[in-house]
Amino acid sequence: MTATHIPAGALHLAVALDGAGWHPAAWREPDAQPDRLLTAAYWVDLAQQAERGLLDFVTIEDGLDLQSDDHFSRDERTDRVRGRLDAVLIAARAAPRTRRIGFVPTAVTTHTEPFHTSKAIATLDYVSTGRAGVRLQIGGRTDTAAHFGRREIPPLSVERRDHPDVQALIEQHFDEAADYVEVLRRLWDSWEDDAEIRDVATGRFIDREKLHYIDFEGRWFSVRGPSITPRPPQGQPVVAALGHAAVPYRLIARSADIGFVTPRDRAGAAKIVAEIRAEQARAGRADETVHVFGDLVVFLDDNAAAAAGRRERLDELAGGPYSSDAQIFAGRPAQLADLLLDWREAGLAGFRLRPGALPHDLAQITDALVPELQRRGAFRTAYPAGDGSGTLRSLLGLPRPANRYAALATNERV
Amino acid sequence: MTKQIHLAAHFPGVNNTTVWSDPAAGSHIEFDSFTRFAQTAERGKFDFMFLAEGLRLREQNGLIYDLDVVGRPDTFTILAALAAVTDYLGLTGTINSTFNEPYEVARQFASLDHLSGGRAAWNVVTSWDAFTGENFRRGGYLAQGDRYERARTFLRTATELWDSWQGDEIIADKRGGEFLTTATPGAFQHKDAFFDIEGHFNVPRSPQGRPVIFQAGDSDEGRDFAASSADAIFTGHATLEDGQAFYADVKGRLRKYGRTPDQLLILPAATFVLGDTDAEAADFAREVRRAQVSPQTALRFIEQLWNTELPDFDVDGPLPDFDPVVSDNLISKGRASVRQFAKNPVERANEWRARAADGRLSAREVVIEVTGRQSFVGSAETVATAINQRVQAEAADGYILVPHITPDGLAPFVDQVVPLLQERGVFRADYTGTTLRDHLGLAPLGRPDQAGRHDERAARAAS
Repeated sequence: MTATHIPAGALHLAVALDGAGWHPAAWREPDAQPDRLLTAAYWVDLAQQAERGLLDFVTIEDGLDLQSDDHFSRDERTDRVRGRLDAVLIAARAAPRTRRIGFVPTAVTTHTEPFHTSKAIATLDYVSTGRAGVRLQIGGRTDTAAHFGRREIPPLSVERRDHPDVQALIEQHFDEAADYVEVLRRLWDSWEDDAEIRDVATGRFIDREKLHYIDFEGRWFSVRGPSITPRPPQGQPVVAALGHAAVPYRLIARSADIGFVTPRDRAGAAKIVAEIRAEQARAGRADETVHVFGDLVVFLDDNAAAAAGRRERLDELAGGPYSSDAQIFAGRPAQLADLLLDWREAGLAGFRLRPGALPHDLAQITDALVPELQRRGAFRTAYPAGDGSGTLRSLLGLPRPANRYAALATNERV
Repeated sequence: MTKQIHLAAHFPGVNNTTVWSDPAAGSHIEFDSFTRFAQTAERGKFDFMFLAEGLRLREQNGLIYDLDVVGRPDTFTILAALAAVTDYLGLTGTINSTFNEPYEVARQFASLDHLSGGRAAWNVVTSWDAFTGENFRRGGYLAQGDRYERARTFLRTATELWDSWQGDEIIADKRGGEFLTTATPGAFQHKDAFFDIEGHFNVPRSPQGRPVIFQAGDSDEGRDFAASSADAIFTGHATLEDGQAFYADVKGRLRKYGRTPDQLLILPAATFVLGDTDAEAADFAREVRRAQVSPQTALRFIEQLWNTELPDFDVDGPLPDFDPVVSDNLISKGRASVRQFAKNPVERANEWRARAADGRLSAREVVIEVTGRQSFVGSAETVATAINQRVQAEAADGYILVPHITPDGLAPFVDQVVPLLQERGVFRADYTGTTLRDHLGLAPLGRPDQAGRHDERAARAAS
């Protein structure tokens, strides 16, 4: 039965939600709702729309600073969406209003506490009954560091990106992110699944032998544990990261379940996948599933000229052509389906589509692209049914992992 | 004039008030429990629900404390999710000002306030202990005397962040192309002994302007902190006499901060046991206290006061005949109540022994007597009358009820006591506003550039 719902080799599809859409002028579209961006209803509507399209998950962008066109510093633009809500809390607010779709909010690793993030994502997993993930992002802007006042981050710029000092700094940020994931994962495992025993005879609520100190000691933080939150329903919520170069690819390969990457074509995708697989092997994770998702910005309309025209019109409103780290696609949903199925051959497990404008391009994804992919036997026609199938991990074909401490503890007890 | 009563519900906590051994006790971590609890409180037209927090699991004798409920969710995340399953209920979360940074806490509360349509509240707590600090980047670094100063400064800094947006910066003019009226929204700069930060806050002004502020400290410093900066105070003074003394003291402090008595609500935590008759309730209350203090729990309490391990101690026999071990090094860690014991353990042990002698009580029975007394016990009629009397007698502005059963322990109160209070016209028959400030009778905050000055003057006057 299940097989008819999920064709072999089916794609995974996610949508990246951010403000009014990824194009900086998206908020000016006639159907845009820029006055609702700070309301719960806006995000619930988008998540429910994505769920109607049977998508795997939504990601939610975030940052500990005002949005900026410049990746490395704050701009002072007044013609763009500025101001946002905490992504983990948006996800928590929307999750109870959905049943099957996953939530992968962004969390910044540079200035936050891994202990807090760990329990926040564990709790998101509880409130979504096993549909939580987290996309980890470094916060490299100088002005962001000043919001915390705990460390200085020297100014970065596109021009200086290849300077050895800058490269060393970026490596440090990613090393910190790798430590951060390690702490998240250890804290999620710091309670064994059956730690709660409620044994009235001995008066014990938990078997404390099944709670574990994680004793992580690193350069940026040390964390003793255990978590204050029991092991979440999925055991390990899904960890994702976006990468454009060798350093983040290494983070993805070493630590993540999903990597979002930005190839420009099928050959580029193949090269990135190979790089990640090589790093994965070096990290001893060759037999673990690390899904590589291609990121694409999409403008979708019934005919290609309309999509291209819409993009041009938005560029004009924005005062210049929109450029992105990801490939920008403007065209018909069927053309996008062609592209996705072509790039898939490079080893991509799926795609994270960034709607150029909301709600329009999300509706095109769910109402036109998904049916097109279904017709081609490349996308599920229903969410899977059955035991344990309601989690994001199961939707992604990831097993529920054994607890790293349970095995150790069993050995010790023997 | 008859005062209106405020009611709130404390989600059962990780201490022995919560009876997990009862067959009716459900999960303390599944979302369904939180949903049921919150929806019950909302059915009762409660002002808000309240969540406590502790950032390290408690230990005794160097081992994780295993006799009480252990484990709870992340405060912000669970409250944001509860905003999805309730429409009016205020959402009060305890968040520590020591192991967080103002920018992050301010944006999380502002986000929660947006996502709940103006229902967020923050119970500001402080800690200094290196024990909890072992879970955080900062570690344990704060001198005990600095913790209120850090809390005060943290709250002031967070308030500057909330006030950095006036509320009218976003115009989103599609035709004209201007999203913002200013190129520097949320600009702030703050420098003091604890925080040296500047930049731009990234959450636009939320429906309430900022979360409602709760404070829970009982010390002289804590009371001043509440009188200067809080909208509500969460106390332990639930009896009539204690409550009246505390109420008069704290309300009396408001004037020196330029504030009026209606700007700070006093809401003691209160436990309750209901029965069809007073006698039945009293019997039931005794049963609950026994369940709350199992033999194992009684032993742990005695060890905490005596501050030493008592491996072969019989809790059905007398209390120890030697004096407690007086030391700064406590066998129990991560538990605020134990510091009360530590203040004068020998004196307290003598009190316990006197209680034992008076009532011919075993060690366990003494613990039951001294720790477990419920605030309100009786028929619904009796409890409604007692609550109303205390509020009218200025012992409180209302109560934060702490049921002993998760998640349905609140339901009998909502079904039996609330209607009686409503009949007497001392509790709302339905919500009349949408924000928590509305429920609490607190005036809306004005634009910060006009209203904010007042607080600064008050802060200056106080310093």
